[in-house]
Amino acid sequence: MVLKAEHEIHKRRFSRNMGVGLALVGFAALMFGLSVVKVQSIGAVQGFDHVLRPELLEQSK
Amino acid sequence: MTDANLTDFDNEAGFGDYFALLKPRVMSLVVFTALVGMLVAPTTLHPIEALSAILFIAIGAGASGALNMWWDADIDAVMARTSKRSVPAGKVQPGEALAIGLALSVMSVIMLALATNWLAAGLLAFTIFFYAVIYTMWLKRWTPQNIVIGGAAGAFPPMIGWVAVTGSISVESVLMFALILMWTPPHFWALALFLRKDYDNAGVPMLTVTHGRRITRNHIMIYTVLLAPVAVGLGLTSVGGPVYLAGAILMNLWFVKGAFEIWRRDEDMAEADKYKTEKAFFKFSIFYLFLHFGLILVDLTLRGLGVL
Repeated sequence: MVLKAEHEIHKRRFSRNMGVGLALVGFAALMFGLSVVKVQSIGAVQGFDHVLRPELLEQSK
Repeated sequence: MTDANLTDFDNEAGFGDYFALLKPRVMSLVVFTALVGMLVAPTTLHPIEALSAILFIAIGAGASGALNMWWDADIDAVMARTSKRSVPAGKVQPGEALAIGLALSVMSVIMLALATNWLAAGLLAFTIFFYAVIYTMWLKRWTPQNIVIGGAAGAFPPMIGWVAVTGSISVESVLMFALILMWTPPHFWALALFLRKDYDNAGVPMLTVTHGRRITRNHIMIYTVLLAPVAVGLGLTSVGGPVYLAGAILMNLWFVKGAFEIWRRDEDMAEADKYKTEKAFFKFSIFYLFLHFGLILVDLTLRGLGVL
């Protein structure tokens, strides 16, 4: 049996593969957008990291 | 490679055959009514949240369609209207339809909860359960009131849309639910009157088969008369307006008139003109539902423009 780069199953299954691929890409894009919206809806989020943030000192007391 | 194999490959399902499991035409109605339910709600969602909600409601509805096609493949194969569906046509295996239906059901409910709220997700889960289990598996082959029960599943989307935005059920969403619920029986029974042989062959207990066509005509009349106050009443709530109210009154007068004509006729008269009145009533019933929800949007737009 000769291995071919382009097997006939690639052609036969093209519509399925393309459809599933596009659906997954679309889903990932929607999840990303939804995550951004959900995080933004919390409002500005900040905490202490490597640098002291004076504006947070009052809140932490 | 043998010829038999080639034939099998020719019949292999493409993406469209899997997509057809989700009943795209039913889905388009679900998208439309759920969208109206979301748009007329008093509060708003971020557009991406709204887009997600519509998408997951549509996928949930599609998933219940796939479960229906898995369970009903035997009767779909017998009825001319449904014999070309993916499973009876042999393109998609019943097990695949079941797997797709279950996976998409779970996915759509969880995603709707994350995108909006758990009440909307719970309603979606209930709708899927109601359509796939209570209607498809239990009542469809058991009682001639199957259409009434099945109509409830189709009536939930505008309510889910409303709840996705507001987080609560209110009188407007209940009336939108009732509008589709009461509309479904006359719509399908009119279809059953002129597609008589299909349901006879499949042994589905349609009212036309179990109680006869006279009783079916009576039922169409009763449901249409009960539908009218629901449809007009919706116009008196916060989602209604003058355009909807005027349209609803006219359409319901026309619908009741059509039901009255169906009620007045007998089978000989219907056979004589090849079910002309029943077919006209069925066609109008599609416009009826589409226009009711469309006119709600017209009033909403006019309010938004400050005209009303």
